[in-house]
Amino acid sequence: MSHFLDRLTFFKKRTEGFSNDHGVTTNEDRGWEEGYRQRWQHDKIVRSTHGVNCTGSCSWKIYVKGGIVTWETQQTDYPRTRPEMPNHEPRGCSRGASYSWYLYSGNRLKYPMVRKSLIELWREARSRLEPVDAWASIVEDPDKAARYKRNRGLGGFVRSTWNEANEIVAAANAYTIRRWGPDRIIGFSPIPAMSMVSYAAGTRYLSLIGGVCMSFYDWYCDLPPSSPQTWGEQTDVPESADWYNSGFLILWGSNVPQTRTPDAHFYTEVRYKGAKSVVITPDYSEAAKFSDLWINPKQGTDSAIAMAMGHVILREFYLDNPSEYFAEYARQYTDFPMLVRLQEKDGAWIPDRFLRASDLDQALGEENNPEWKTVAFDDNSGNVVAPAGTIGFRWGEKGKWNLEERDGKGRETSLRLSLIEHRDEVLSVAFPYFGGRAHEPFASTSHPEVLHRNIPVKRLPLAGGGEAAVATVFDLLCANYGLDRDLGGDNVASGYDQDIPYTPTWQEPITGVPASQVIHVARGFARNADKTRGKSMVILGAGLNHWYHMDMIYRGIINMLVMCGCIGQSGGGWSHYVGQEKLRPQTGWLPLAFSLDWNRPPRQMNSTSFWYAHTDQWRYEKLTIPEILSPTAPDGEWEGSLIDYNVRAERMGWLPSAPQLNRNPIEVGREAAESGRDVGEYVVEQLKSGNLAFASETPDDPACFPRNLFVWRSNLLGSSGKGHEYFLKHLLGAKHGVQCGDLGPEGRNVHREVKWEDEAPEGKLDLVCTIDFRMSTTCLYSDVVLPTATWYEKNDLNTSDMHPFIHPLSTAVDPVWETRSDWEIYKGIARSFSEVAGKELGKRTDVVLVPTLHDTPGELAQSTDVRDWKRGDCEPVPGKTMPQVVSVERDYGSTYDRFTSLGPLMDRLGNAGKGMNWDTSEEVSFLKSLNGTVGDGQSGESRARIESDIDAAEVILALAPETNGEVAVKAWESLSRTTGRSHEHLALPRKDEKIRFRDLQAQPRKIISSPIWSGLESEHVNYNAGYTNVHELIPWRTLTGRQQLYQDHLWMRAFGEQLCVYKPPVDLKTILPADQRPGNGNPEILLNFITPHQKWGIHSTYTDNLLMLTLSRGGPIVWISETDAEQAEIEDNDWIEAYNANGALTARAVVSQRVKPGMALMYHAQEKIVNVPGSEVTGTRGGIHNSVTRTVPKPTHMIGGYAQQSYGFNYYGTVGSNRDEFIVVRKMATVDWLEEAEE
Amino acid sequence: MEKIEWGPNWEEILGGEFSKRSLDVNFEGIEKDIYGQFENTFMMYLPRLCEHCLNPSCVASCPSGAIYKREEDGIVLIDQDKCRGWRMCVSGCPYKKIYYNWQTGKSEKCILCYPRIEAGEPTVCSETCVGRIRYLGVVLYDADRIEEAASCESEQDLYDAQLRVFLDPFDKEVQKQAIEDGVPDAWVEAAMRSPIWKMAMDWKVAFPLHPEYRTLPMVWYVPPLSPIQSAVEAGYLDSDDGIADVGSLRIPVRYLSNMLTAGDDEPIISGLRRMLAMRAYMRAKTVEGVVDHNIPEQVGLSSSDIEQMYHLMAIANYEDRFVIPTSHREAAEDAQHIRGNCGFSFGNGRSTSSSTNPFAITYSNTGSVAVSMDGRRD
Repeated sequence: MSHFLDRLTFFKKRTEGFSNDHGVTTNEDRGWEEGYRQRWQHDKIVRSTHGVNCTGSCSWKIYVKGGIVTWETQQTDYPRTRPEMPNHEPRGCSRGASYSWYLYSGNRLKYPMVRKSLIELWREARSRLEPVDAWASIVEDPDKAARYKRNRGLGGFVRSTWNEANEIVAAANAYTIRRWGPDRIIGFSPIPAMSMVSYAAGTRYLSLIGGVCMSFYDWYCDLPPSSPQTWGEQTDVPESADWYNSGFLILWGSNVPQTRTPDAHFYTEVRYKGAKSVVITPDYSEAAKFSDLWINPKQGTDSAIAMAMGHVILREFYLDNPSEYFAEYARQYTDFPMLVRLQEKDGAWIPDRFLRASDLDQALGEENNPEWKTVAFDDNSGNVVAPAGTIGFRWGEKGKWNLEERDGKGRETSLRLSLIEHRDEVLSVAFPYFGGRAHEPFASTSHPEVLHRNIPVKRLPLAGGGEAAVATVFDLLCANYGLDRDLGGDNVASGYDQDIPYTPTWQEPITGVPASQVIHVARGFARNADKTRGKSMVILGAGLNHWYHMDMIYRGIINMLVMCGCIGQSGGGWSHYVGQEKLRPQTGWLPLAFSLDWNRPPRQMNSTSFWYAHTDQWRYEKLTIPEILSPTAPDGEWEGSLIDYNVRAERMGWLPSAPQLNRNPIEVGREAAESGRDVGEYVVEQLKSGNLAFASETPDDPACFPRNLFVWRSNLLGSSGKGHEYFLKHLLGAKHGVQCGDLGPEGRNVHREVKWEDEAPEGKLDLVCTIDFRMSTTCLYSDVVLPTATWYEKNDLNTSDMHPFIHPLSTAVDPVWETRSDWEIYKGIARSFSEVAGKELGKRTDVVLVPTLHDTPGELAQSTDVRDWKRGDCEPVPGKTMPQVVSVERDYGSTYDRFTSLGPLMDRLGNAGKGMNWDTSEEVSFLKSLNGTVGDGQSGESRARIESDIDAAEVILALAPETNGEVAVKAWESLSRTTGRSHEHLALPRKDEKIRFRDLQAQPRKIISSPIWSGLESEHVNYNAGYTNVHELIPWRTLTGRQQLYQDHLWMRAFGEQLCVYKPPVDLKTILPADQRPGNGNPEILLNFITPHQKWGIHSTYTDNLLMLTLSRGGPIVWISETDAEQAEIEDNDWIEAYNANGALTARAVVSQRVKPGMALMYHAQEKIVNVPGSEVTGTRGGIHNSVTRTVPKPTHMIGGYAQQSYGFNYYGTVGSNRDEFIVVRKMATVDWLEEAEE
Repeated sequence: MEKIEWGPNWEEILGGEFSKRSLDVNFEGIEKDIYGQFENTFMMYLPRLCEHCLNPSCVASCPSGAIYKREEDGIVLIDQDKCRGWRMCVSGCPYKKIYYNWQTGKSEKCILCYPRIEAGEPTVCSETCVGRIRYLGVVLYDADRIEEAASCESEQDLYDAQLRVFLDPFDKEVQKQAIEDGVPDAWVEAAMRSPIWKMAMDWKVAFPLHPEYRTLPMVWYVPPLSPIQSAVEAGYLDSDDGIADVGSLRIPVRYLSNMLTAGDDEPIISGLRRMLAMRAYMRAKTVEGVVDHNIPEQVGLSSSDIEQMYHLMAIANYEDRFVIPTSHREAAEDAQHIRGNCGFSFGNGRSTSSSTNPFAITYSNTGSVAVSMDGRRD
């Protein structure tokens, strides 16, 4: 129209020329511009986020237009920081901005679905039988069971209804409880912080019926065991805004712009404030370009650099020109002054355990827990004292668990760091050296396996006679770092150019990094910390923590930070970012999530050990104990295999078990009741007689299989499942790509504690039920797939360690098609289950085994040595030398009613967290008025309703100190009683604040400072870990109460990790000899397989999203160096295959100059559902990154019952490392898309 | 499909062999062999969008007369009613920022989110940039100097020539003329607070992309800092001795000047030195507690300049990154009618004025133009 009118007036539209008639102005109709204005109009904006475990935890505006979610952009309305700091907006990235693509996409799950072969069997059986019997008739018939199990992964889903699907699941659960026990029902869902209500939905159901909630943080290998070892804390880190307070930042194996995208600006901005920055990564990563210096070590050798830097820091800032600040800090906040006993072995002295008050005359006057109080010399008096704040003061007495410079009697002290001026003598002490054990292509050095170094020592008389040679941790540390202190002897260096572990020159051949770089960085880092009182920081993550010996890499770095007084100081510290682990309102959430309001304790299991056992990866284990045992290991029985150590740990109550016993715990409960005995006594008696055993001793006995698996908020098989092909083979009984046999008959000789079955079981699980919004790899392998609401269709809560806010997921549109929120899905299952199981099972007594737990008095279980009751070292005593045994009443018919109301234990027992506890009756009444009440049919009492997801969110918010100021004050008061110091002032200013769900929908809120965490959020500081330890003198939750660099547990000493040492990557032996490989005529190269986090997805999410696929290369890719590509005759974008004994994967090659030769980068979790051809090696579809990995546990992570090394869910335990793996890479000869139908 | 062979982001994070990537014209005059080595790898990101040029070649190349530059804010648009799909603009734009829409048969391009700009909101790409590298503000310019600026002989003079087109909003004469020409007060105010003016004119740390194209582009770039190759030898990490040497930055200065100043290194060196001086000054202030006036002086700035640079580029508050006055449609259209009509409009709801000349502002010598500028700060 306008165009037409313009043509009519064509000769008139020119009005004026300008710039010498270079340009003209015209009069034309611009009415068409309305089109774009309308394009950007919308009907409403709703606040939500992406629950994808990316740590970003960004608040988003979701635009709805005409009832359809159309696009999303970042919110910019976060509460502001202080004026001298940048603000948080606009957190987000292209991944989140592409999320709305999923809602209506072809990959969206819209209806409940069941595997066709199963639903046919079910409908037939159900037409004749009641639900439980119908399920029994299928799974007890081997032919029928095989019929659907072997089809897993091959498609063939049909639509079902919610009622039918719920009934199948309920029947399977009820059958499993009746036949095998509730602990054969397991659920895997990770990272509650990303959508805490959705997580809680599943675990609340499982915890009510006695099922097992599986851990994730350790399994993902995101848990750094070095953190609990050093600080007694799972992980606590600075928020990203605190980077801005730093003066020197090292990014070590962390790719901040790529993986911490919304936080990266604080890093780029603080450089403008003058912060110096060093980036240490083997490849030229996106982070590297922001550095002042890029250091590129050989991957996996980082601890060698850290040790050499520690050598420089100790030399220059402790010995030659001591920093006053560092010394002060070390004396008060570290275990440096603590005394360690030395033990004579083979003519040398070995550092042994900490000296305890109980070792000395009259226990230094300490009556309470003297065997848990470490000691040190006091410079004021010259005497040995038991300083306050050690773990013995935490339990059994009040008011002395603090870091004031006093001893247990209240006398002022100044602890002595070194005995060098006061020594009785100098002894030659043996330190293990592992640098000679490296396998190709990692460089070995030829230093001896045992390094003797001279140490200043005192002799102390012991209670009961005799004497002990003792040294301080600091003196041991200096010797361990190879520093010459004029004490004579070998293996110490006075100059950096000497080739002695751990000088800068020593590390050169191992890491490839010039000594000068190490020296300058260490010096600059420490100098900055000295000047700024600790404002030097290291940002690190999966790049380092996913190696088998991650503890050594991490502790090497932690040592630097502790030496420089950076922990607990604003702008300084240890910034470990891997996963969205910080569930800020944790203690408000725990009762909801684990049904602690109805029954305690819940069943929780450490996933790494579980999957290792039940996917039978242990049957293929080639890493042997002698390869990792220390040459200085104390005398003992160190034989056996890795899984043997795990079995011992479970038996001694160190690690949890699932399934727990080799018989149905409900049957054991019934027998105990019938015998009239206490359940603990009964179980002990049965264990001793051999009538009962731990299930872990016979993982391949059908009585000990896991039977039902729930997966929600997770893509276990497409993302985190290390040893993917073993999952497929043994757990699922599906088509798999495992390329090697197990240990075979040899397996019988290798294992001491575990029974070897010659025939390995396949298809252990009877039911795999996955809840997702998209058809992920895990869904493809499931039997029942339930469609859930997306993050724009449900209400939930989200927090992160990267920022101090709590903010919501909200319903922009109701769940589309037949989808339902996770909360509604589990409510539906609970309803069906109550009907099915109420009749079938009624009320039962369940017997639950609980390991000795951290942050409970139980952590003082085994003080000075390791005793195994089954080996006859001691008696089995529940809670002391074996797990606690607890009976729990289950009322199966009430599952739904309990699920949807707040149970009576919150009134009766209150709430607790990290060793504190407080009354919650006020919050319970508050919730009754807020959510309304329902009647409890059994007791007649009224209970707060938890009907909707918002009701559930309000329970979390009301009970948590971080979101309810009154609770925060109560929690601080509880802590004050233990420390004897007043802490309430930290929360009093916000006492009246009660953050509610709809407040969060209006704007994200800053959390309230709480003693559950060690940082504060205030107008003066940003959240930074350890801040309250340093500034409020609250001890770290370790044996010594200090940051503990010396680990004295027997197993730590056995494996040579009492102090940090360099350990090269281990040889997993998964590369077959060239003549046994299935060649295809193309040249092959061997590369180290590295799986960092990617740019185009968050874990596996977005890797099937067309928008993000377009921004990358449209399917799985593997990055290799130009040098390696040339050798293998691979050109950029060629189809390649990577394989080893574990399996194979196909992808396209990205050949890049930025990749260091010798390694292949396959960004983590690229699914196998998009653009993945068949493998020439396995003959089946592609494979994923985890097709070539296998998990390998480490014995030191199994320690328990020992202060900070006591179990906690996702806190301590075995971790699923994967970086030591090697692959064969070659160009594919034929690309087969396997498009012919199977069957 | 057997294999995907290409995509819009194919070479991201240095994907592909160096021999292919280094065909990039910005490598001109650089010893490629050195930069092909692993140890000397470098990369940078250059987010590109329509430059909303003062001398737009797309406008000149359109046979349909469908492309125009809005006089009120300088945004260059393709009239979707008038575009006939000739696609001359696709090849005519040297920045390759016009795309042909095969569904509609029309060419499309970045619209600088004018519906948002009109409402005083930043463009979506600016507001959502997590690096917070994008800044938006008003720069006044003299349109009568365009031809002269675009015609200067030497390519290396084009950057300076474009600077001379811009008008100083603090100049009383400029202010007076602007008001006389009907530029709203708020726009003159905004020009005075413009982050773009500060970076491009006051501090000269931002530069036009490929000025040699003679388009007088209006999206400018702050060249990135990069690792210091001699950091260890120079003792940069373990001492606090002032400004690092620009010549030792990992990204060659010539690579940046090929991109931003037609190969003239000097302005780039000066810009980078000012950024490094900001770091040194702020470090002295925050770590040593010393205000060292000597540092800004070395780069021709005052301490106050540096403090302002720091505030804008490091603290970078939303309201400082984006200084955007709202449009004044009421001056051109019947605002009362539009206000009352919007909710009920079906068909030709604004029949009183839409087909006649809604934007009847006459052209004046002193145009006020919003320019977007990518303050690249890495």
